Amino acid sequence: MSLPARIVTLLVAFAAVVAGAVFLVVNYIASSLPTVHYVASGGVVNVVLQEDPQNNDPSNPDWVSYYVQNPQTKQWVHTTLFSVPKHTRVNVTILGYDGCTPLRNNYWSQVQGTTGSTVTVQQFATVGKPIDSPTTTKMINSWSNCAVAHTFAIPSMHLFVPVPSPNTALFNKDACGVSPCTSGPHSQETFSFMSPDHAGYWRWQCFIPCGGGFLDGNGGPMQTIGYMTGEMEVSA
Amino acid sequence: MAESQAPTAAAGKAEPNHAVRIASIWLVLAIVADLLIYFVWQPHLPPGRMSDNARGQQFDITVMAVLCAPVLLGVWTYFGYALVNWRRRAGDTEDGPPIEGNGKVQAAWITVTSLIVLSLAAFGTYELIVPAGAGGGEGPVPIWKPSGVVTTAAWTPGSTHTLVVQAIGQQWNWTYRFPQFGGMETTGLELPINTPVEFHVTSLDVIHSFWAYQLGVKADANPGVDNVAFVKPLQLGQFVVRCNELCGIWHGAMFDYGNVVTASQFQSWATSIQTKERANGTLAALPPYATTYDPTEISQLGQAWAKLGIVGAGGYYYPGPQTGTPGDPVSP
Ligand SMILES: [Cu+2]
Ligand SMILES: [Cu+2]
Repeated sequence: MSLPARIVTLLVAFAAVVAGAVFLVVNYIASSLPTVHYVASGGVVNVVLQEDPQNNDPSNPDWVSYYVQNPQTKQWVHTTLFSVPKHTRVNVTILGYDGCTPLRNNYWSQVQGTTGSTVTVQQFATVGKPIDSPTTTKMINSWSNCAVAHTFAIPSMHLFVPVPSPNTALFNKDACGVSPCTSGPHSQETFSFMSPDHAGYWRWQCFIPCGGGFLDGNGGPMQTIGYMTGEMEVSA
Repeated sequence: MAESQAPTAAAGKAEPNHAVRIASIWLVLAIVADLLIYFVWQPHLPPGRMSDNARGQQFDITVMAVLCAPVLLGVWTYFGYALVNWRRRAGDTEDGPPIEGNGKVQAAWITVTSLIVLSLAAFGTYELIVPAGAGGGEGPVPIWKPSGVVTTAAWTPGSTHTLVVQAIGQQWNWTYRFPQFGGMETTGLELPINTPVEFHVTSLDVIHSFWAYQLGVKADANPGVDNVAFVKPLQLGQFVVRCNELCGIWHGAMFDYGNVVTASQFQSWATSIQTKERANGTLAALPPYATTYDPTEISQLGQAWAKLGIVGAGGYYYPGPQTGTPGDPVSP
């Protein structure tokens, strides 16, 4: 092969590799999940999440999943990425539509890192129909009554919150079967924490091995951003 | 080392003794390098001076560097000397002299390198055994233990009694249990200074690895295995705990910071957590302290399953809609 031919071959091969890498990166970025942005008003920001027994993504419809509520449209977004401003009081509301699974480490039954180290919990037969009054508690024992569906944890902030499952009898009768859930028995849990003082990304996850069908329950949704784990972006 | 065949000298000039010249240059460089390594670099070498293990590891790395630097400098000196003195001069078209081996150089090379490697093997073995495993995990029945320490059911400040700390890996956080404080569990790790600590490292799911970097402790966290490692913290301050075994999507985020504090600070930290966990029900909700946590052997967990109407997980913790045999990954 002549020298010019070799140079051309080399350049073409190099360009092909670069194009392949660029395609992969662009494809990855384009396919990444949407982020729901929460803006503070009056020094607080209200984050609303729900936990579903299934989801509306045709690729893994039977995976348990979190949803994040868009604060403007009130639409439920199938993502686990949200952003909050820095150094702001974050009020979180989690609607628990999924049934219980025992924790592997029951230590996570303890509420940690929230304001007052407590959560406030209330049970609903369906949206707008409470069946008890709100209770404030420091722990929800996932082993004694199988009362915990998932957890919400931001480990690097030492924030660990067990999220209760709905009333078992009601759940067994008419659990929400279409996601995102807008009716059906659910728990409602509220708690607060201060967002970090500097911008960045904080990983959050569930500690219940809730990946049904996966070895030890720790695969699938537990390992996939958009389902049982995500990131909280703290903006400046 | 570095003895060589001298190329034919330029006509009329006496050939200098190259071996002596190379050896002299090398000796000066090696002495300077070793002095710098020992006295200047050593205090900054990893993992620092925070514990007995860390100090031992820093010393070991220094010894390695002190031995390796002369070898490296020997090679570099020979190369440099050859490049400067034996390069082809303008107009020199003569062949170099044929080289047909040199018994003395070969014998010296083999002897010296064998001595270095064998003595390092002996040194390494000594440095692993004598400091009670040097901070590495020794499995459930450690054969190298710190001498003159005792483990008692309770731990009090100022004692030479071992503090027992269990490090539990799970996707993706470390928690710690303190059997001498009622089996309380924490997400943070505080350790008392000048106190022998006995780590029991295990996992609740996949394989993790407990790596307390500045303490010089690294032990694999295997589910169903109790991996024991010893350390004695010698300096106050912060250390980092990392997971050192690829364990899933958040492996890279599986790190946290611990602190070496005074014995009385540790005592009040530990008792305050114990008191809090007794009051809020966490202590009662935990399984009894054990060296491993096999989900199928935790009776409270079994009872929770039974309440769900699930009997026997068939080797799986999560008894979902799965097929296949235990031990094989399955898809839903
Ligand atoms: Cu979960
Ligand atoms: Cu890990």
